[in-house]
Amino acid sequence: MTQTDTHTHGHDDHHDHHPGFFARWFMSTNHKDIGTLYIIFSIIAGIIGGAFSMLMRLELQDPGLQIVADGQMWNVWITAHGLIMVFFVVMPGLIGGFGNWFLPLMIGAPDMAFPRLNNISFWLLVPAFLLLLGSAFIDSGAGTGWTIYPPLSASLGHPGMSVDMAIFALHLAGASSILGAANFITTILNMRAPGMTLHKMPLFVWAMLVTAFLLVLAVPVLGGAITMLLTDRNFGTDFFNPEGGGDPILFQHLFWFFGHPEVYIMILPAFGIVSHIVATFSKKPIFGYLGMAYAMVAIGFVGFIVWAHHMFTVGLDVDTRAYFTAATLIIAVPTGIKIFSWIATMWGGSIEFKTPMLWAVGFIFLFTVGGVTGVVLANGGMDIALHDTYYVVAHFHYVLSLGAVFALFAGFYYWIAKMSGRQYPEWMGKLHFWLTFIGVNMIFFPQHFLGLGGMTRRYPDYPDVYAGWNEISSYGAYLTGIATLFFVFVVFYTLLFGKKAKGNVWDVQPQVMTLEWTLSSPPPFHQFEIQPKVN
Amino acid sequence: MKKIMRHFFTLSLTIAAMLSVISQSFAQSEKTYDLGFQEAATPVAERMHDFHTLLLYIITGISVFVLFLLIYVVVRFNAKANPEPSQTTHNTLLEVLWTGIPVLILIVIAVPSFKLLYYTDRPVDPEMTLKVTGYQWYWGYEYPEYDGLSFLSYMIPDEEIDPATQKRNLSTDNVVVLPVDTTILVQVTAADVIHSFAMPSFGIKTDAVPGRLNETWIRITKPGTYYGQCSEICGTNHAYMPIEIKAVPKDEFEAWIEGAKDKFAMNDQPGTTQTAFLQ
Repeated sequence: MTQTDTHTHGHDDHHDHHPGFFARWFMSTNHKDIGTLYIIFSIIAGIIGGAFSMLMRLELQDPGLQIVADGQMWNVWITAHGLIMVFFVVMPGLIGGFGNWFLPLMIGAPDMAFPRLNNISFWLLVPAFLLLLGSAFIDSGAGTGWTIYPPLSASLGHPGMSVDMAIFALHLAGASSILGAANFITTILNMRAPGMTLHKMPLFVWAMLVTAFLLVLAVPVLGGAITMLLTDRNFGTDFFNPEGGGDPILFQHLFWFFGHPEVYIMILPAFGIVSHIVATFSKKPIFGYLGMAYAMVAIGFVGFIVWAHHMFTVGLDVDTRAYFTAATLIIAVPTGIKIFSWIATMWGGSIEFKTPMLWAVGFIFLFTVGGVTGVVLANGGMDIALHDTYYVVAHFHYVLSLGAVFALFAGFYYWIAKMSGRQYPEWMGKLHFWLTFIGVNMIFFPQHFLGLGGMTRRYPDYPDVYAGWNEISSYGAYLTGIATLFFVFVVFYTLLFGKKAKGNVWDVQPQVMTLEWTLSSPPPFHQFEIQPKVN
Repeated sequence: MKKIMRHFFTLSLTIAAMLSVISQSFAQSEKTYDLGFQEAATPVAERMHDFHTLLLYIITGISVFVLFLLIYVVVRFNAKANPEPSQTTHNTLLEVLWTGIPVLILIVIAVPSFKLLYYTDRPVDPEMTLKVTGYQWYWGYEYPEYDGLSFLSYMIPDEEIDPATQKRNLSTDNVVVLPVDTTILVQVTAADVIHSFAMPSFGIKTDAVPGRLNETWIRITKPGTYYGQCSEICGTNHAYMPIEIKAVPKDEFEAWIEGAKDKFAMNDQPGTTQTAFLQ
C-alpha cells in the first residue's frame, strides 16, 4: 500500500497538554477522544438495539402472541430495532468511531480539519438517540417500520407525538452525519501527508471518502422528506396525502433515494477495514489496489440510481421496473471485483488467523451469500414473490448484521490494542467469533426458507406452518445474545487486564504498513508533531 | 488445476449430502421445515418458480465457488504451510476475467428476467375483474361485472377457529370465490394506509395505495383454497388481515355468484358496506 518513513512518536507524549476529565470527554476536540466516544456510544446503542432483537426472537419462537401486548407494540420494537441499528450502531461505529480514530492517523494528519465541528457531530447524536428511545414511550410509540411510509406515519396512522419525536431524532442524527461527512471530505482532501497522493491513500481512507460523499448527497434528501412529513402531520400540507392531491409514493421515492445509498454508507467503511485486515494478516499488499478503490467509487455511484428496486410492488411502470432491474444487477460486478481481490490478496500469502482475520474471512463469505440473494431480489419479476418476506430480512441481515457488524468486530479486535494500549486475549476473541458465527447463521439462514415459503415481514404472529424454522432462528438469536454478552466481558477484561501492547501490534510488514502502526499504542494525545512523509 | 477441480467437486457433494441429511432429519419431526415456494397455481407463479430455480443454481454455484476458494486459501496459504508470502499484486488477465465473467452471468440472468417481468405485467384479454380494497384491518372485495357484488372479509379470531377445516391466521369469514381457467384482472387500492395484496401461490403482490388503482392479473389453473397475507406494514393488526381465495370450476362459480348476490344484497347501496357487514 504505502511505503512510509517510520518515526517513533512515543517521545512526544510529555509535551501533551492533557485537559481534565470533563473538558476532555464533554468538550472534546481531539479526533481520538471523539472516536472513542463514538465507539462507546455505538456499543451501548448496539446492546439496546440487540435487546430489541432478543425480544423479537422470543416472541417469534412460537406462533401466537406471547410477550407483546398487541401488534402496535411489536411495530414499535421493529422500528426501534431498525433505526437504532442503522443510525446509532453501524454508522457511529464504522464512520464516527473508526473513521475519526484512524482516518487522520492513516493520512498523517494531526487531527480532523474541523475539530469543534467534530465535537458537535457527536453530541448531536446523543439527544437524537434519546429522542428516538423516548418516542417509544410517548402515546402509542412509532410503529411505522424504519421506512416510515405515510399514510401510516401520517396523522391518519399515527396521531399523537411519537412519530414527530422520531422525525426529530432523524433530523438530529442526519445533521450529525452531514457535518461529520463534510469534516471527513475536507480532512481527506486537504490534510494528507506530503507524498500521499489520492492513489496512494489507504483503502479505508478511500472508503471513508466515498462514504462521506454519499452522506452529503443522500442524507439531505431524507431530511427534506421527513420535514415534508412533519408539515403534513402538523401544519396541514398535503405532500403525501392523496386527498389533498399529494402522493404517498413520492415519499417512498425520496426515502429510497436516501435509503439505498445509506446501505452502501454502512458497508463501504466495512470494505475498507476488511481490506486492511486481509493485507496485514496475509503479509501481502492488497491485490489490485486501484481496482479496489474504483470499485468502491463505482458502487457509490451506481448506489444512487437503483433506489426503486425497493418499490417493485408499488405499481411502477413496467419499463421503469426493467431499468431498475438492469441497474441493480450491475452492482454485482464491482462487488465481485472486491470479493475476488480479497481472495487474491490472500492467495500466495502467509496467513495468520488472528481474531480480526477470522472476522474478515467470515465477512467475505457471508457478504457473498448476502450478495447473491441480492442478485435474486434485483429481478423485478422475481421480487414480486419475495418482497416484504423473510427472504428480504435474511438478505439484508447477511449483508448488514453478518457484514457490517462483522466488520465492526473485525475493526475492534484489529485496532483495540492501538486505541487502548492493551491487547485482548486471543482465545477470547476467537471464542467470541465462533459463537457469533454459528449464532447468526442459525438465525438468518433458515429465514431464506421462511421467505420462499411466503412468511411476511413485520408480523408478531404467523401461520403455524412456519413454526419449525422460526424456532431454530430464535435459538440462534439466543446464542448470538450470549456471544454479545461475552463480547462486553472481553471489552472490560481487555481494558482492565489486557497485556500492554507495543506500537506495531501485529508486526505489520513494511509492504502493507499504514501510518497508525508507526505510532505508540495508544498514540500520543497529539500525533505527528513532525509531519510524516510518504514515499 | 485438476486437483483443485476435484477438491471443488468433493466440497460441493459434501455440502449437498449434509443438506439432504439435515432436511431428512427435520422431516421426521412434527414441525414442518419447508424449503421452497408454495405450490404454483397460476402461469405467472410457475414461470417465477422456474426462473428462481435457474437463479438458485447460479447463486449456489457462486457461493460454493467462493467458499471453496476461501477454504483452499486457508489450507494452502496459512503461515505454517506457506511461510514466505509472495508479493504479487496484479494480474491483468485475472482482473479482466473476474470482471467479464460476472457480466456474462448477469446477461444469462437478465434475459429470462425481462421476459418474466413483461409477462407478469399485463393480462391478455381479461375476462372478469376483481376489485380489492385494503382497510385497517380487513379486505373489501368487489365483482364489478356481477352487479357490483361486494363484501368485506375479516380474519377468523383464534378462539373461533375450527382446526379441522380452518387455518389459524389465514382463514376468513367471507371467502373470495373465483373461477379457474379464467383470466382475471385484479385491481387493488386502499382506503386508509398502504396495504399489500399478496397471494404467494398466484405469484402476485400488489401494493394497495390510497389514491391509486394498481393492477395485476391471475389465471388460476387448479381448483383449491389459497391463502395470502397483507404484505405492507399497516398498523397494529397488520398480521391479522389474511386473504382466502377459493378457486372453483366455472359453473360452480356462477352458482356461487347467485347465492352471494342474495347473501350480500344489503351491500348494493354504496356507503352501506360497513354496516351491512356488521349487521
